[in-house]
Amino acid sequence: MFSKTKINFLIIFLIFFVHIDNSISIEPNIFVQSTVNRASTILGGDLGKEQKIEKLKQIAKETVDIRGIGFYTLGKHRKSINDQQKKQYTELFEDYFLKSFSSRLAEYSNPEIEVTSQEKLNDKYTIVSSILVATKERPEVKIDWRIYTKNPEKPLIRDLIIEGLSLARTQKEEFNSIIQSNDGDIEALFTSLKDFVKK
Amino acid sequence: MKKIIIITLLAITVAFSANAENNGPENVKDCSETFNRASFKFNQGLDRAIVRPLAVGYRKLPNGIRTVTSNFLNNLSNLVTIPNNALQGELGKAGNNLARLGINSTVGILGLFDVATAMGFEEYEKEDYGQTLGKLGNGPGCYLVLPILGPSTARDTFGTVIGMFGGDPWYNVTVKNDTRHFKDSDFYISRATNGVDFRAKNLNALDNLEENSMDFYASVKSLYLQDRQQKILNSKKSTESQDDSDWDDVSTD
Repeated sequence: MFSKTKINFLIIFLIFFVHIDNSISIEPNIFVQSTVNRASTILGGDLGKEQKIEKLKQIAKETVDIRGIGFYTLGKHRKSINDQQKKQYTELFEDYFLKSFSSRLAEYSNPEIEVTSQEKLNDKYTIVSSILVATKERPEVKIDWRIYTKNPEKPLIRDLIIEGLSLARTQKEEFNSIIQSNDGDIEALFTSLKDFVKK
Repeated sequence: MKKIIIITLLAITVAFSANAENNGPENVKDCSETFNRASFKFNQGLDRAIVRPLAVGYRKLPNGIRTVTSNFLNNLSNLVTIPNNALQGELGKAGNNLARLGINSTVGILGLFDVATAMGFEEYEKEDYGQTLGKLGNGPGCYLVLPILGPSTARDTFGTVIGMFGGDPWYNVTVKNDTRHFKDSDFYISRATNGVDFRAKNLNALDNLEENSMDFYASVKSLYLQDRQQKILNSKKSTESQDDSDWDDVSTD
């Protein structure tokens, strides 16, 4: 049978891992609310626009699966590009995403978002529902967040669905249109991304 | 002339029936992209020259004036929503909207005040003939950008035509029939105000989208088609209106 030392070790081991599991596995709704609160604090603060943008970019790097969204937005074309193009695209998309995302967000001053519910789709995805509280200028807006939970210890945002309209899908169809308009040439998309980042 | 209209309508019907099985936004074909892009450009010019400046001015009006304008237009839209509720088999909603129309048109002074909501009559989504055709299983057909009217599909354009051929009571009493109570301009002014009201409500969002788009035409097309899909499904849950299958094989390895 087990010695007393072994039993003690087993208990300590179990307590340690149960504790670790509880403390670092993050519920998607809590993750979204805390991310929103962080962004809200920056947007409502006294920083200048450029400083706000830099801080928002930092939050995005930590909480958004930029690489995953990038591959999603390539759609069917992601299967036909080589490793070199994949690497180039990943870098270009990150620059594009951070610029586009932060300049869109920086226009808002202190947005108030309340997380209302969550629905687990499968082990990989949970949809977190939230409300952007109405102001005098605009009505209440419903925002759903597609959270990638493959690693439950580090959930990541993969899409924002605003009033039923998916930003990632819109992006995907925009990229596809650019590639199609140029006879399927992926380099045309790379050029557009470079131009956008330089703008 | 009548023959041309019938042939055109038949062609549109065939176009959207043929596409009925692939209703997702990503499956909608842009059959006349060159024309659509030209039309989109024309509409953008119109927006910059007239609609956007009007929307900016409209937003400067006192909140109360904007609210009563929206209320009036919403109340008017019930005239098309109610028959479409009924055609979709949503008789409860049709009754509710009929009560809303009656209360707001009388107690709410021609719809300027939304008394019905305060009385407990819920406000539902607007419905139109394009949505009803979609609900009945008709595919969207080709994507279209109509000059002045904006994004549409063959099915939604056909829906608009149904309105002009008797399906829209407001059109009937203003433009189609000489009722002596209303003028043609009443219809066109209400439609134009509706456009300005929409633009004003989405002023920042649309400006932002344009600024951050590399292909604004494609972005608007995607958003329009997603929106229509959602309205046809009458779904408030994104898990029902969004296709999840293409997320499954996104690997970052």
